[in-house]
Amino acid sequence: MTSEQTKQWRTVITYSEDMRHSIDKVAANRKGRTKQSFPKLTPDEKKQLLTKYHPDYKPGTTRKLLVGPNKGEPVVNELGDIVEAYSRISPEKTDLSRTDIQTDVLIIGGGGAGASAALTAQEAGAHVLLCTKLRFGDANTMMAQGGIQAADRENDSPAIHHLDVMGGGGFTNIPNLVQTLVKDAPSIIEWLEDLGMMFDKKPDGTFVEMHGGGTSRRRMHAARDYTGAEIMRTLRDEVINRDIQVIEFSPAIELLTDADGNCVGAILLNMETNEFVFVNAKTTILATGGSGRLHCQEFPTTNHYGATGDGLALAYRAGAKLAFVDTIQYHPTGVAFPELISGQLITEKMRSMGAQLVNIDGERFVNELETRDAVASAIIRECQERNKGVRTPGGLVGVWLDTPLIDVLKGSGQTQRLAPAMVRQFKRFGIDIIKDPILVYATQHYQNGGVLIDENGRTNVPNLYVAGEAAGGIHGRNRLMGNSLLDILVFGRRAGGDAAKRSNAAPGGKPILDHVVRFHKELKKAGVSTDRHSPVLLPDYRSKEAKIELEAFAVRGWE
Amino acid sequence: MGADKSTVTIYVFGKQYRVPQNLTILTAMEHLGYRLLRGCGCRSGFCGACATVYRIRGDFRLRTGLACQTPVRDGMVFSMLPFHPSTKARYDIKSLQPDINALLRYYPEILRCLQCNSCTRACPQDLPVIDIMAAAMRGDIANAADLSFDCIMCGLCATRCPAEIVQYNVAILSRRLYGTHLSPKAGHLKKKLDEIRAGRYDEELSKLAKMSTAELTKLYNSREIEPEEA
Repeated sequence: MTSEQTKQWRTVITYSEDMRHSIDKVAANRKGRTKQSFPKLTPDEKKQLLTKYHPDYKPGTTRKLLVGPNKGEPVVNELGDIVEAYSRISPEKTDLSRTDIQTDVLIIGGGGAGASAALTAQEAGAHVLLCTKLRFGDANTMMAQGGIQAADRENDSPAIHHLDVMGGGGFTNIPNLVQTLVKDAPSIIEWLEDLGMMFDKKPDGTFVEMHGGGTSRRRMHAARDYTGAEIMRTLRDEVINRDIQVIEFSPAIELLTDADGNCVGAILLNMETNEFVFVNAKTTILATGGSGRLHCQEFPTTNHYGATGDGLALAYRAGAKLAFVDTIQYHPTGVAFPELISGQLITEKMRSMGAQLVNIDGERFVNELETRDAVASAIIRECQERNKGVRTPGGLVGVWLDTPLIDVLKGSGQTQRLAPAMVRQFKRFGIDIIKDPILVYATQHYQNGGVLIDENGRTNVPNLYVAGEAAGGIHGRNRLMGNSLLDILVFGRRAGGDAAKRSNAAPGGKPILDHVVRFHKELKKAGVSTDRHSPVLLPDYRSKEAKIELEAFAVRGWE
Repeated sequence: MGADKSTVTIYVFGKQYRVPQNLTILTAMEHLGYRLLRGCGCRSGFCGACATVYRIRGDFRLRTGLACQTPVRDGMVFSMLPFHPSTKARYDIKSLQPDINALLRYYPEILRCLQCNSCTRACPQDLPVIDIMAAAMRGDIANAADLSFDCIMCGLCATRCPAEIVQYNVAILSRRLYGTHLSPKAGHLKKKLDEIRAGRYDEELSKLAKMSTAELTKLYNSREIEPEEA
């Protein structure tokens, strides 16, 4: 019996009659579209499209920060709510004479940035402790599908890559961070291969490299459409092999500083037992990832369960400067149907391979390889203004991603070979993406900004480093596909190496929580409600009914 | 199914509830008021945190799935298995030879495989786990690596294995052996690395880093775009 035959019981979800009617139109003009080229936006058209339709520009969705190092600067409301919030720790009641664990380098976060920092710091001779909120590897890295950029082909160079990154970010990126990113890129591919990561390759060893939105050379290295998963599980395996200490289900809930403002560790919360763990560290690396689970403007998200922007809140209270926190990346192609997996990621690689975006009448409306901010805006325009979207039975709206084109263009079997995760994702619900298009809409994907870092991941708070999605400056106002898997490893490794080296120098002083006391005073003065606490740790998806029960009786449940 | 067609009866860890039917096992639990800590990771079918076993009342079969990817059904009785105690060998991947000895040294229990196919039947990714194990037993690292590539390490195969093999850890050892030792290296990567290390792009990069936005914009808008591979 094959595995297929044993799984016949699965629930089948079918397209509605109306949707099927539109699918017929898409299929009917597929042949005519196959070789059709769609013009790229002119710089002016792109600017107009973004200002009018990109969610970042929607009035009332950002505000000015009232306190802290970025006071007076704009912030996305939901990010503002977590950085302008009170600590979960009450400094007055906390016994700081206690140290449960002493380490050279503390790494907060168990995704790609945290794992690569851990490996590099340990290689440099440091004692490393890695703590993480959920399981080691529960991170956006695991879910990144499409690929990782590195300029390693004959007709490509770090300089060409640099220009693509800057243009993608609207020329707002911090140039020396971009330079670091692109120059380290090929060495990251080499490092991953040495660790045993399997890339898509031709028989002679040449990488299969594709375009992504906004690239001028084919430099997207992939591992089918499990690129991030392959990176994450390889790094995780190596961290375990090297016996690096990892504490799961224990996020940091506050940083520790000394009298001089140096970061000297963190207080962790074991979420399973509600026990605190006081970690004294010579250097600390925040690798806490992004914030999709804050659901900016109530968008669904592609992010993992723990992506609540904890690092921003912790770093900001400790005095670290943020950058580009007034912009969020919405991925153009989140699932709109089946509704029960809405918001989940459809990799950009589908468009790299030739899948086109078409409206209810089967007409294209944007060049699919524009940058993500532009494609997402075009989809929003098509659905909201032009009313050319397709409605699902549950009331969601989306446009078609014409996936059957991939096999038409690349040859039969290529979708299955190069994107098995996407085929599987829909097959589970009875939808065959090789035969039928899939319905997509914009979904919250990436925190463009974060804590401002330098090229070694240092922040303005001494001995506090940030790497990965929690960092800001590299991508400016919009990141290109394949540069996130790259950046977490480039800056993860750099932060790990530098933090290890710096931990050899004189250790910091006695841990205190003066930064929290100071920040709380500022918040009170600015009139911020004392109900607001961060880090958020996890979203609360209990139904309204379940929450109302708790509130109505003014109890907190059995806990 | 009951009178209200839009709801179904499910049994969470055996306890009966009625929920709307357009939910997954994961979102049904949340709808009921569960706030998950274990058993919830990527919520997209990539991380393996929400391995779940279930039966449909009246059917003897024990079924498996990911809670985040499995719609609820009437009469569904389920339990999450968010953690499986497994053996995980420690090894230095670079010092190993990519052959059967590496696998047998760390996971000799693979030879206990009964070829019962329980692993394959349990796999929520529909991978041919029995074939992966057969390849491992033959020392066919390349095949074990290729066939297991889409594994999300949820552990369901191992929970069902009568020979107590931890298939997903055997598989990742195979993949890393393949990637490190067997995969042909790309000549173009090495060449580019040599150039970068020799400083060939340094001047151009510093020039770009110092450019004004206007200059960069001009350069960007006139840059040549390589066509897609034919």
